Amino acid sequence: MQIHQYDTVIVGAGGAGMRAAIESTQRSRTAVLTKLYPTRSHTGAAQGGMCAALANVEEDNWEWHTFDTVKGGDYLVDQDAAEIMCKEAIDAVLDLEKMGLPFSRTEQGRIDQRRFGGHSRNHGEAPVRRSCYAADRTGHMILQTLFQNCVKHGVEFFNEFYVLDLLINEGRTAGVVAYELATGEIHVFQAKAVVFASGGTGKMFKVSSNAHTLTGDGQAVAYRRGLPLEDMEFFQFHPTGIWRMGILLTEGARGEGGILRNKDGERFMERYAPVMKDLASRDVCSRAIYTEIREGRGCGPDGDHVYLDLTHLPPEQLDAKLPDITEFARTYLGIEPYTDPIPIQPTAHYAMGGIPTNVEGEVLRNNTEVVPGLYAAGEVACVSVHGANRLGTNSLLDINVFGRRAGIAAAEFAEANEFVPLPENPEQLVQDLVDGLREATGTESVAQIRKELQESMDTNAMVYRTGATLKQAVEDIAALKVRYKNVAIQDKGFRYNTDLLEAIELGNLLDLAEVLAVSALAREESRGGHYREDFPTRDDVKFMQHTMAYQEVAEDGSTSIRLDYKPVVQTRYQPMERKY
Amino acid sequence: MSTPTVEKHSAALDAVEAGGTKLITVTFRIRRFNPEEHPEPVWVDYQLEMDPKERVLDALNTIKWEQDGTLTYRRSCAHGICGSDAMRINGRNRLACKTLIKDVNPEKPITIEAIKGLTVLKDLVVDMDPFFQAYKDVMPFLITKGNDPTRERLQSAEDRERFDDTTKCILCAACTSSCPVFWNDGQYFGPAAIVNAHRFIFDSRDEGAEQRLEILNDREGVWRCRTTFNCSEACPRGIEVTKAIQEVKRALVTRRF
Repeated sequence: MQIHQYDTVIVGAGGAGMRAAIESTQRSRTAVLTKLYPTRSHTGAAQGGMCAALANVEEDNWEWHTFDTVKGGDYLVDQDAAEIMCKEAIDAVLDLEKMGLPFSRTEQGRIDQRRFGGHSRNHGEAPVRRSCYAADRTGHMILQTLFQNCVKHGVEFFNEFYVLDLLINEGRTAGVVAYELATGEIHVFQAKAVVFASGGTGKMFKVSSNAHTLTGDGQAVAYRRGLPLEDMEFFQFHPTGIWRMGILLTEGARGEGGILRNKDGERFMERYAPVMKDLASRDVCSRAIYTEIREGRGCGPDGDHVYLDLTHLPPEQLDAKLPDITEFARTYLGIEPYTDPIPIQPTAHYAMGGIPTNVEGEVLRNNTEVVPGLYAAGEVACVSVHGANRLGTNSLLDINVFGRRAGIAAAEFAEANEFVPLPENPEQLVQDLVDGLREATGTESVAQIRKELQESMDTNAMVYRTGATLKQAVEDIAALKVRYKNVAIQDKGFRYNTDLLEAIELGNLLDLAEVLAVSALAREESRGGHYREDFPTRDDVKFMQHTMAYQEVAEDGSTSIRLDYKPVVQTRYQPMERKY
Repeated sequence: MSTPTVEKHSAALDAVEAGGTKLITVTFRIRRFNPEEHPEPVWVDYQLEMDPKERVLDALNTIKWEQDGTLTYRRSCAHGICGSDAMRINGRNRLACKTLIKDVNPEKPITIEAIKGLTVLKDLVVDMDPFFQAYKDVMPFLITKGNDPTRERLQSAEDRERFDDTTKCILCAACTSSCPVFWNDGQYFGPAAIVNAHRFIFDSRDEGAEQRLEILNDREGVWRCRTTFNCSEACPRGIEVTKAIQEVKRALVTRRF
């Protein structure tokens, strides 16, 4: 076991983590602990763009962007946070450009902008060109640019260090405990400030746009240390994943003019969203697709998908604006998007919920109090700027705006405060976890349990939910958690034990899936990404509030989930019926 | 309402949608190495029933999840964006997640081994630190002088296009570890680092080209390139790596970029 001491420790090296690191490294001695090499994070898979009301190509302003964000989130958005995000979006984009990001350009040499789902002119009048982009590689360019600037500022990375515990002493942040994948050694990092930026949880679903590595590690660690998880029932299903594989095909494809069609060739979105059509928000499009499929208008012999049609767009436009996704269709499906429509289906994409924070990135321990020295940003966090449904491009915005804020706030906290003493035997929980799995002699397999979890989640907790399906999910997960106690791994070694890693990741997914299902079961309404067929309307009287889920540990060590609720921050927008 | 149009289906789309592909038996011959257990690498065969349209990464996952949990490799996004899973498949560097089984002759055993020129740590996992060090050495960030403008720097679409190809790099090391010069000379920067220098040298906003060119003018710099084109063939992003290296060489001679 090794002990290290840093002023600020950042957990995760995706967009939010690196954006935070660029700030905190210039202000405090910072270490970035990351499960993956920095440029491997899933920020790189984001394609379409990052919205900001630059008004480079047509009239726009950040207030319209704020409205769209609040409406897109079905009024569960904390409006003060959305205002900050949309206002700071402009500088966030300009900062990235100054850091070197190669945005696509207008004829005047300015950053080009294109349409994106749910982003509108003047409070829903018509689609607006707001998304700043670099072909369909915007996330890749952001990730590379942030890494380049981390190199420039000499950010200190601990690559392939997997954070498995958060140390809190007498209510204050003391550090984290990490497992070094290369050696199997445990490292304690004492820190004045800790920023969680460890990404999402999308691997609890089977058809998912998420990387294998997105297993909710940060959320699970915080949750087990008694911190709440906010709004976990709100999970976004992106309308256009490659059929069966789930690989993301950007909404930018529809921003460029792509059309969703059913088996009759009908542009069915006209029936669901007469104004925004194919550029309605993602929850609306995903439900529309499933409705088409359920009513027998799906494509293919099993009628289980629809088409994303780009065939009417000029090949030059596809080559210039959508080179990667057209290549995905060629590589993985063997079809030519110039001439054939692409079979798609909704794919699990983004967790709107996560570790609750305020607008400075400080983590909340309950509805009002923060944990001193603890921060979170990006998909792991819930500020909440996405509410019940995130608008396209707002995740890249979120990581830049709140990654920056959390990095600055953490470093300033570290400067103003002393180290909190480490608790006794700080490595104990991680040591027991790792030893327990390495020595386990059970009969269950990690891969089998994960597969059953993903299948149950796809069947019971996806785009359409009912009380019955969610109860089924809760039961399935409970049974899988019992079986998980009886898993064994084959690799007993210390060197790059990814078998062990996958077992730990599964434990995280099981806990978080349970929180999702229990939170969803209690929310007897439909709002944004959470659609209950048995409660098909939004209920602002009972449920215009955030879910806060806590793990309760009984004396015998058994755990249960306690749900509480937190008011939504409303400033200028009163809830209205949501139409696109 | 727009007039509904019925799509013309090509045979390719029909084939995709028909599904129900016949599974075939494929042998994967993997070069295993775990110094905790055995000092020398060994080739191990695994047989699987696979849909030939699946990825080589799917095969590795199936082996790990169903047959041998000790098989070790890096992977993350599984669709060619994160750059984790570069490996030698049938002797050629590729990303396992971007290589379909049907494209690597599944009639015969498919060989899989770690990329060359970097120390193998376990199975398909190599030490990436020397690779990233070479990247860092070329100052891979925008260098500008004077004050930042209030708004964005202007750049014409043509100037942006000039370095588009090299912005696609995902740092997977497939190019560098396919380069015979890199195999034999651990000091050579390697193609990926030069690609990332190119990305800035030819960016009209950058003012650090002279510094970077001096670094690459070193005896371990661009002049070690022997133009074997292995790197261009290996690049999973389709970057014309050798061309980029040639352009850097030319810039060194002409000091024009």
